[in-house]
Amino acid sequence: MLRLLGLSKTFYHGTTNAVSALRDIDLHLPAGQFTVLIGSNGAGKTTLFNVISGVFPPTSGRIYIDGVDVTGWPEYRRATLVGRVFQDPLLGTAASMTIAENLSLAMLRNHRFKLRPGVTSDRKQEYVGFLEPLGLGLEDRLDEPVSLLSGGQRQAMTLLMASLGGPKIMLLDEHTAALDPATVTRILEMTHRTVRENQLTTLMITHNMQQALDYGERTLMMDDGNIILDLNFDQKAEMSVMDLVDKFGEVRRKPLFEDDLLLNA
Amino acid sequence: MKWIVFACLIGIGVYVFVRLLGRLSLNVWTGAVASGLGFALVALAVFISFRVLNCPDLTVDGSFPLGAAIAASMIVSGMNPYIALPIAVLAGGFAGVVTALITTRLHIHSLLASILTTTALFTINLRIMGRSNIPLLNTNTIVRPFIGEFRTFIETFGGASLSKLATSLFMILYVGTLVLLIKLIFDWFMRTDLGLSMRAMGDNPQMIRSLGKSTNMMVIIGLAISNGLASLSGAIYAQFQGFADINMGTGIIIAGLAAVILGETIFRPKTIAAASTAVIIGMILYRLVIAAALSVALPLPGGLIVRVGPQDIKLATALLVVGVLAITHLRKRESIEK
Repeated sequence: MLRLLGLSKTFYHGTTNAVSALRDIDLHLPAGQFTVLIGSNGAGKTTLFNVISGVFPPTSGRIYIDGVDVTGWPEYRRATLVGRVFQDPLLGTAASMTIAENLSLAMLRNHRFKLRPGVTSDRKQEYVGFLEPLGLGLEDRLDEPVSLLSGGQRQAMTLLMASLGGPKIMLLDEHTAALDPATVTRILEMTHRTVRENQLTTLMITHNMQQALDYGERTLMMDDGNIILDLNFDQKAEMSVMDLVDKFGEVRRKPLFEDDLLLNA
Repeated sequence: MKWIVFACLIGIGVYVFVRLLGRLSLNVWTGAVASGLGFALVALAVFISFRVLNCPDLTVDGSFPLGAAIAASMIVSGMNPYIALPIAVLAGGFAGVVTALITTRLHIHSLLASILTTTALFTINLRIMGRSNIPLLNTNTIVRPFIGEFRTFIETFGGASLSKLATSLFMILYVGTLVLLIKLIFDWFMRTDLGLSMRAMGDNPQMIRSLGKSTNMMVIIGLAISNGLASLSGAIYAQFQGFADINMGTGIIIAGLAAVILGETIFRPKTIAAASTAVIIGMILYRLVIAAALSVALPLPGGLIVRVGPQDIKLATALLVVGVLAITHLRKRESIEK
């Protein structure tokens, strides 16, 4: 579903300040696979996401989504195939607009604009069906502006919206990092369910090693622009967080000392 | 400190209002309302660029006289005044597209891009008109076929004293209907798929890109509509005031902004339909305040009296906008402190 061939990204290319954020990455995610991506700060995780979603072009390499070469597509066009959730809950929804209006926008992902009312009673009925399973009571608040929702509720909305309108791929960039622990669990459960139900090929970035082992069918670890570890479902089932840390040291021949990663475990 | 400012503002407001009641004749009142409606579409245009798209655009300073220039030139050369209106809309829309392309393609800030377009439009407007002023007396405008009968109608019902008001009243009826119609279309449009996307673009452009829509396209469509409305406003206004002038657009952006800020501050609209109503009423209020300000005479110590005249309009407008913004700011700070 998602295939990356020889993907490299160098910032300030050709200057003395050149920084290699991605080094010749080859990756294939089969359809419907839920993959978790971990790595320390500066490993290139977010750069990889930005290149896949078209925020900036790669320095070299090709990106295929569902067999189509999308390397030259601008960000907005790429978004017809890629649903995204960011770390900041404010980025995924329009605060001044109502819940129903936000959902209507998400439904437009693969449609051309038509001059027809964005929110109708038929559509609202449909949205109630989307919102009820979340168990947040949002189905009764369709006409309230999103600005009245909490961070967790907004992130749940964003997740729902990222899955609407028929995207092929879902990119989650530390989408639970700004939430409190109870909400994190709720959002992760919802993520699991959404990905399963829509058969979405998913790549989730996390800083939390335990999450990386608990969720998804495959775990990737990045460091210094390379994918240094690729664990399948059976391999990761046998691993503990400490194993993962040891593995990192083994591969890179340097210890993984990052308080953040360990404390979150 | 805050209360002193409040007290001062309220004091000035009451003073102006008392003066207004005492001094203004009915003629001035109706004139202010009429011109408020004449500029109402500019307020709507400014609302689209500044509020809906969050893409500040000053092109209306050029597209308003553009509409006037096109209408006046076409009418003087004997064409149907109603054909001039859609052509003015198209030309204004094109001016908006030019600003949008400069800002989206060349990544120049929309304020600078619109100043460039406005500068270019000054020449274009002069070229269209061929001179700096075209009088429209005794020409076939959208006003002319009805105004005579309307005046007779007013005189038979209200007596000769109302005769002076005929032009203003006619403009209120005629332009008011037109503005209402456009407002309703605007409200409907803002609730369609495209309208929703444009509003979301002003609110959160990253979200619009994440949902597969081009933000550049939104800016192009939005500024085209905005300047189309401003141009239409100019085309209508020129016909009612009886001439088109190359300088009639200068500073109109501030009038539009004043109307938007005034309307939003007073009515605090929650929905898009309420917002468009607030903005239109804001423009009428702005004209009334300006009319009131013009009737004020300030007594200075030493027996000197300074009468506020037309030359003071710009200063009065700037003070009004700053005053309303100050109230908004204080109110916001107060609600945070609570």
